[in-house]
Amino acid sequence: MTDAGKESGGMTTARAVRRSLLVSLWFMFLTLPILVIRVNPVAQEIVWRWRNLFLIGVGSFVLSLVGQFLTHRQTRRTPSLTPGRLAIFRQRCMREPQIYVPFLLCAVLTTLLFPWFFSTYQTNIMTTALMYVVLGLGLNIVVGLAGLLDLGYVAFYAVGAYSYALLNHHFGLGFWAALPIGAGLAALFGILLGFPVLRLRGDYLAIVTLGFGEIIRLILENWNEFSFGPSGIANIPRPGFFGLDLSLAGATVYLYYLMIGLVLFTIFVVNRLQNSRIGRAWIALREDELACQAMGIDKTRTKLTAFALGATWAGMVGVIFAAKTTFINPPSFTFLESAMILAIVVLGGMGSIAGVVIAALVLILLPEYLRAFAEYRMLLFGAVLVIMMIFRPQGLISSARRAYKFMPVPVAAGRNKRHGTAADH
Amino acid sequence: MDYFLELFLGGLTRGSIYALIALGYTMVYGIIGLINFAHGEIYMLGAFTGLIVASLLTVFGLNQYAILVLASLVAMVYAAAYGYTVEKIAYRPLRQASRLSPLISAIGMSIFLQNYVRLAQTSDFLPFPALIPDLAFMEPYAHIIGSAELVILLVTAMVMLLLTAVIRFTRIGRAMRATAQDKGMAMLVGVDVNRVISITFMIGSALAALGGVLIASHIGQINFAIGFIAGIKAFTAAVLGGIGSIPGAVLGGFVLGCTESFATGYVSSDYEDVFAFGLLVLILVFRPAGILGRAAAEKV
Amino acid sequence: MGPLLTIDRLCMDFGGLRALDHLNLSVAAGEIVALIGPNGAGKTTFFNCLTGLCAPTAGEIHLVVPGRGQRLRLNGLPPNRVTEKGLARTFQNIRLFADMTVLENVMIGRHCRTKAGVFGAVFRSAAARIEEQQIVTASAAILERLGLGSYFNDLARNLPYGAQRRLEIARALATEPVLLLLDEPAAGMNPQETAELDELILKIRSELGIAILLIEHDMRLVMSLSDRIVVMDHGEKIAEGTPAEIRSNPLVITAYLGEDLAQTA
Repeated sequence: MTDAGKESGGMTTARAVRRSLLVSLWFMFLTLPILVIRVNPVAQEIVWRWRNLFLIGVGSFVLSLVGQFLTHRQTRRTPSLTPGRLAIFRQRCMREPQIYVPFLLCAVLTTLLFPWFFSTYQTNIMTTALMYVVLGLGLNIVVGLAGLLDLGYVAFYAVGAYSYALLNHHFGLGFWAALPIGAGLAALFGILLGFPVLRLRGDYLAIVTLGFGEIIRLILENWNEFSFGPSGIANIPRPGFFGLDLSLAGATVYLYYLMIGLVLFTIFVVNRLQNSRIGRAWIALREDELACQAMGIDKTRTKLTAFALGATWAGMVGVIFAAKTTFINPPSFTFLESAMILAIVVLGGMGSIAGVVIAALVLILLPEYLRAFAEYRMLLFGAVLVIMMIFRPQGLISSARRAYKFMPVPVAAGRNKRHGTAADH
Repeated sequence: MDYFLELFLGGLTRGSIYALIALGYTMVYGIIGLINFAHGEIYMLGAFTGLIVASLLTVFGLNQYAILVLASLVAMVYAAAYGYTVEKIAYRPLRQASRLSPLISAIGMSIFLQNYVRLAQTSDFLPFPALIPDLAFMEPYAHIIGSAELVILLVTAMVMLLLTAVIRFTRIGRAMRATAQDKGMAMLVGVDVNRVISITFMIGSALAALGGVLIASHIGQINFAIGFIAGIKAFTAAVLGGIGSIPGAVLGGFVLGCTESFATGYVSSDYEDVFAFGLLVLILVFRPAGILGRAAAEKV
Repeated sequence: MGPLLTIDRLCMDFGGLRALDHLNLSVAAGEIVALIGPNGAGKTTFFNCLTGLCAPTAGEIHLVVPGRGQRLRLNGLPPNRVTEKGLARTFQNIRLFADMTVLENVMIGRHCRTKAGVFGAVFRSAAARIEEQQIVTASAAILERLGLGSYFNDLARNLPYGAQRRLEIARALATEPVLLLLDEPAAGMNPQETAELDELILKIRSELGIAILLIEHDMRLVMSLSDRIVVMDHGEKIAEGTPAEIRSNPLVITAYLGEDLAQTA
């Protein structure tokens, strides 16, 4: 480096420090009342927590410095055409069997043997995480593939849970009978919601679905004759195993394997859907609604299928949720639940199956295992949404489109067409 | 008749608060086309700041009027600072991104701020002192309208007139209108668009905080989650009036406030929030342009 | 044989503004018709009315598909139904599905000619598998024909500009139209690319028998391609005729072409 370069480097460092100081001062000012002063208006007492101010000051200073350093490095580095090291590593992992086969084997073994090595409590947590995997994959159809920002997804989850609870309460219906009914009812609600919002633009659609979700929850909370109001429904039976009543531990393990099965089934279906005629139509709709219609795609049908298919998974998981907790009430179905599932889809990468699976496991398990984290869970989810949008909107694992292989175009069989198209030649 | 009047005036009071918050939604939407989902949280932050300041000042033994004015002012300044920061962190980097990105970012910001206050303060409801004093001359009308309601109505009316004047007659007002019309063109003729957007966020946030302090002192309690429902309702008001239109937000606020007031007064109070959400869904589905707004068509 | 497309007294109002004023137009099978006129004359609005993106205020649009004989009324139909009937279009400002591959963009065009549903997709029924294979081969063949064969698996957003324009045409062709509407296909192209486009449009007509209605500002292209030219101004048709007739029409020269072109012509 030349002398001039050194000098300018020194100057930028000074500037960065000065800027970071300002940032730090600003955040100290900003958090002064909320984070430092705690009042108790009843006892007329005031607690000053100066330590928080200090932490914020130091924290924002360091973060700002690091941030400036990173952006500085990014702008200095000439953009290269070759993919980054990370991308190459990922490609290698995907391509070379000696890398991914043992890894995959390990993952499969762990998931299969998990209940035998860990406690009922741990298995329960894992089952919850798997439920969020399916919820994430379901919402991924609506948000990730079809590009419809659905903020009321939890409503379908509630529909599934209440279908099982109520059908069981009134008619003694069992879990296995309720599963398809819950899924079907959720799909029906998906279509019901879909109809009015068909014409709406992206952001309005988001708000209407949010309103819809809240309306469902408020009705469940207030319509006592129907849903038993805020007190909820208790004593929902766990799924039976061919007529056998299982012990609590047995039922937990059973539910765990059930969820594994459902996760695999979901991945199978979503994967097939996204590379099909319907899946392509969803993606086209996401990319450009107008052009999509002009290419002959029925917007109404395409959107409704997305809503219905997305809701189906939520309905199924809802039934399982009711069976797992044996008690449901409206507070399990707030907007925050929808936001959590959305955070999973956003973190994982819209439209990416692997991404959503990993994101669901990370976002659900991390707060469970890091107890200190648990309280900050929602704070973390909020931050994840913002940070991902700013730095990596495509998610942890961006979805790759399928590449097709060709033989040098063979002559397609003659088909009924009004005019010869390219395929006939 | 008195009952009707009471409900009507109660509705107007409610509505004026919705209108104060709705102005922030509508101004931001008008200028950058974003539904600022975190706006309800700014209102909540304003109310909390107001509570903290009021509690501090009570300990120092200031008189009630001074406390009301100071608490409102500090809350407004802080809310403006938060509004500015939120815009800078969560929205400005996404100016060029697709339409859904800033919205998702806004939802994240909203959740973040809610939990920030929950963790830093408390998740319980906190009592909020009645800052607005009882006026002696209002005694005979107490069964129709309380002094607090009267003060809220007068203050919001004044603020709205002031805002209209600012937008109509000042330099920054002109710059805001220009930016709302055409950002690129405004930039070409020398308007500092980023500054205009920041100021819009700050004004909107300050108004929301004022609404927060006033209504909190009227209702008497707050907690970290009040911003969500209030935000949705104010957004409903903004859409009802025609999002992007300032008189629309005020009108929408009053219409929503009265609807709620009558619905809970004459029908049932169980479904208070359902009315608001239902109204929101109905307008967005059937008349997304609102009462005073104009439908915007996509250019092909 | 009667005309393929007949437009009768088409009107379109936006509030108080009349964007189309009693427009009459027809296109015969296999004909290439150019629509010209100054900016804001209502050409794109006209396309939008034809393809169902706008609902015309008044007037009739009818399509007669050769070999089927029925007269199909197109106004009031949603865009996807219009495309199903046999009208496909491209857009003035390219509207590709940017994050899909080139091949997938064309495969989207096949959507309305195929019918595999959710169950077909999930269970991969024999019919769905065969159909999917046909979609791929047909789309690939269209891409080869339009000289986009080397781009199959690239994302549409990464294509060079001229190729993006051609991909839009490929995508429209995949819907098996009887009439292709091109909205300023040569906009932003260099002379070399424009020449290739000229060739391509003629090839589409001669090999596939598709009629073409195009909006274009590049007069050289319009003059060399068209069988007939329609001139619009302020939402009205002010002239119609062969290139030679239009060139010598004083009304057109004053209203639109201006001094420069009048001299070169």
